[in-house]
Amino acid sequence: MDTVVLLSRLQFALTIMFHYLFPPLTIGLGLLMVCTEGLYLKTGDKQYERITKFWTKIFAVNFAIGVATGIVMEFQFGTNWSRYSKYVGDVFGSALAAEGIFAFFLESGFLAILVFGWDRVSKKMHFFATCMVALGSIFSSVWIVIANSWQQTPAGSRIEELPDGSKRAVIEDFWQMVFNPSTVDRLIHVWLGAIILGAFFVLSITAYYLYKGRHLDFARKTFKVGLVVAAVASCAMMLSGHHNAKMVAENQPAKLAAFEGHFTTGDGPTGLYVMGWPDEKTGEVKFGIEIPYLLTFLVHEDFKTPVTGLDKFPKEDRPPVWIPFQAYHLMIGFGVTLLGLAFLGLFLWWRKKLFTMRWIFLLYIVAVIPAYLANQMGWVSAEVGRQPWVVYNQLRTEHAVSPSVPAWQVLGSILMFSVIYFLLFCVWVYVMNDKIKHGPEEAEHPEDAAKPKEGFLAAASATQDRGEHSLTEVTVDKEGTRIEAAPEKPVAPAAPPADPPKNPDGAPGA
Amino acid sequence: MDYQLLWFVILGVLLTGYAILDGFDLGVGIIHLTARNDHERRLVMNSIGPIWDGNAVWLVTFGGALFAAFPAVYGTAFSAFYLPFMALLGALIFRAVSLEFRSKREEKWWRQTWDFLFFASSFTATFLFGMAVGNAMQGIKIKDGVYQGDLSDLIGIFPILVGFLAVSLFALHGSLYLYLKTEGEFHYYVRRWVWTSYVAFCVLYATVTAFSYQLVPTATERFTSSWVGWVIAGLNFFAVINISRALYQRRSLYAFISSCCSIIAFNVLFAYSLFPNLLISSYGDEHTLTVHNSSSTEKTLHLMAWFAAIGIPFVLAYTFTTHWVFRGKVKITKQSY
Repeated sequence: MDTVVLLSRLQFALTIMFHYLFPPLTIGLGLLMVCTEGLYLKTGDKQYERITKFWTKIFAVNFAIGVATGIVMEFQFGTNWSRYSKYVGDVFGSALAAEGIFAFFLESGFLAILVFGWDRVSKKMHFFATCMVALGSIFSSVWIVIANSWQQTPAGSRIEELPDGSKRAVIEDFWQMVFNPSTVDRLIHVWLGAIILGAFFVLSITAYYLYKGRHLDFARKTFKVGLVVAAVASCAMMLSGHHNAKMVAENQPAKLAAFEGHFTTGDGPTGLYVMGWPDEKTGEVKFGIEIPYLLTFLVHEDFKTPVTGLDKFPKEDRPPVWIPFQAYHLMIGFGVTLLGLAFLGLFLWWRKKLFTMRWIFLLYIVAVIPAYLANQMGWVSAEVGRQPWVVYNQLRTEHAVSPSVPAWQVLGSILMFSVIYFLLFCVWVYVMNDKIKHGPEEAEHPEDAAKPKEGFLAAASATQDRGEHSLTEVTVDKEGTRIEAAPEKPVAPAAPPADPPKNPDGAPGA
Repeated sequence: MDYQLLWFVILGVLLTGYAILDGFDLGVGIIHLTARNDHERRLVMNSIGPIWDGNAVWLVTFGGALFAAFPAVYGTAFSAFYLPFMALLGALIFRAVSLEFRSKREEKWWRQTWDFLFFASSFTATFLFGMAVGNAMQGIKIKDGVYQGDLSDLIGIFPILVGFLAVSLFALHGSLYLYLKTEGEFHYYVRRWVWTSYVAFCVLYATVTAFSYQLVPTATERFTSSWVGWVIAGLNFFAVINISRALYQRRSLYAFISSCCSIIAFNVLFAYSLFPNLLISSYGDEHTLTVHNSSSTEKTLHLMAWFAAIGIPFVLAYTFTTHWVFRGKVKITKQSY
């Protein structure tokens, strides 16, 4: 492969993978903040306000880095992939411009009010701003997934020849482009990935507090909400994953074959490798553990039709196998692990043992790492699996780079981004650590703690909901601000049954 | 309807919006190190705290709109300016990060490092924007839509002068903004910086004007040949003079608005001298990218005109709301940087 192509691909991989640490988290956290602030507005309980403020701070840091690294992504299409830009501009560019006009302004305009506007606007206006930021981040994902999906499964466009002999894709039917064969499946997949990451991020932070015995009331409530969201979203993810694989089998069979390490089509049913080490030279999967019939069943829903293998494609059209295979299998492995962890938590909650085993929280503290990795690996398999095409069956990646940029310049920019992103990552870890260690504000003055009591009692007696339990917990927390974990424990098992009805937070996950 | 003209205008509006809004963000960054103590530096940063992010979006949307409307220009220009653009991206990242992280720790070394980075990245980004404009006016070595030159061809005397002009213009704009947003003793201290940057700007303005007659005769010819060009240039001159008048009268908002007007006039002047060209080739007119030979299809331009028609009122509403909510003098609160 040409050096410039290789370097430009490396740079794209580096910058997009780093960028993608942030947007899915802000999508997940945005929804969470809408829920907690909505509860604050409804109940007037100051605790919800403090919780929302805490998540807002975490959100703001991630959002800021997401924006800064996102500008790089947008400029890179032009700097490193100018021929690609000229080819896709008519189609892809319009989706990107729509993202700018409809999503970015919405997000960043209201983010200011969300983060800095607590004392400047009314509660309702602030809640509106929170909703708009969450909506903006979702809009943003819609447009960028549309743009990417069109490249995977082009539709609604035709190829046109320009006077100078070069070709470009031009739009024919906008809505057909928007709803190309893969958009909906992939968008749902991306959203679920974001929600699962958000849920496990929240679980990780609250598990840390539960482990340390701090902010117990907040941590317990949020942990339970996180478990419900994680479980529902993970179940939905299994379905979505299956749909996506079928969609890929239909539209990009070579890509699916690479995911599954399926080299030779054969005559009979195809098995599914649970793991293995595909060798592209010999065309077989070494050390593979194979479940017979399974791939045929998953793709064709019978036990005899063979699944198309890589041998059906000309050599120059075959994607690399090792990376997509491993990334795809890791994604599924992590996804199943997360599903298991979510249900383990629910099981313990049901058996009333959730808050009695302190060590179990260590598991949830680290579980956020596979959640990040699953998101990353999903994109790695999607993007490497579509090679050698950048626009599927239309434009090869090697024909997409900028002809005028020499290799040393790309190498220079890779080095620059590596250094900057490494520093940025360190600073991010450092600041997140700082914020998490600090935690949500405790009620500062006794009057402050008293106020929500009145408001909440009034609300509780009026609506007859089961708010009193929460009230007692709050007051306990207030009086002995940093209570030890031990004396709290006996109270804990009684807590779970009272809480579920007050958890509408579970809803957006579905 | 001439959609290519329409999109030329929309891009001009987006770029002008960016220059006015992020112009003062970058400007306060350029004069950031002149603030004398930690409190003043926090005031400087927090004067743009809530709004810089929204202001930067104008650039992102400009990029997206250029990609969609004139993909050939987007691809050719961005790859021609490869290293300067990479440096620009690095600077924009550092700016965002130094704002976000500077006040997170008390230690002196921590804050001083971020302070310096905030200044250096603001300066670099502005300078590179100016150089890009200078090169665009002068024309670059493009043939058949591919850049033929190398890095050294982009570093000429004229682009460097325009780079410094941009730095002085944004420093002036930023210090006027800060003058508007501060009070008390610091307010009067900032006033001194307004005058300093005003003088620097006027000197560079005169120099660049003189040089442009020599170095980019095509651009100057275009607007001196018709009365419209003279009117815009006259308005620009008037706006610049009016800044000093408003300053003398101590009307900070009026001075800031004058500065906005002079930026608008600069952009209109630039656009007027450019149209219908977008990327001038130094190899001759047949290689120049114009709005006609580099645009997307009529269908896409039409479709996106609808996006713009629906989106831009919202965008203006958000921008206005945010700036209205955060009007008045800057104060350090719990949520501040």
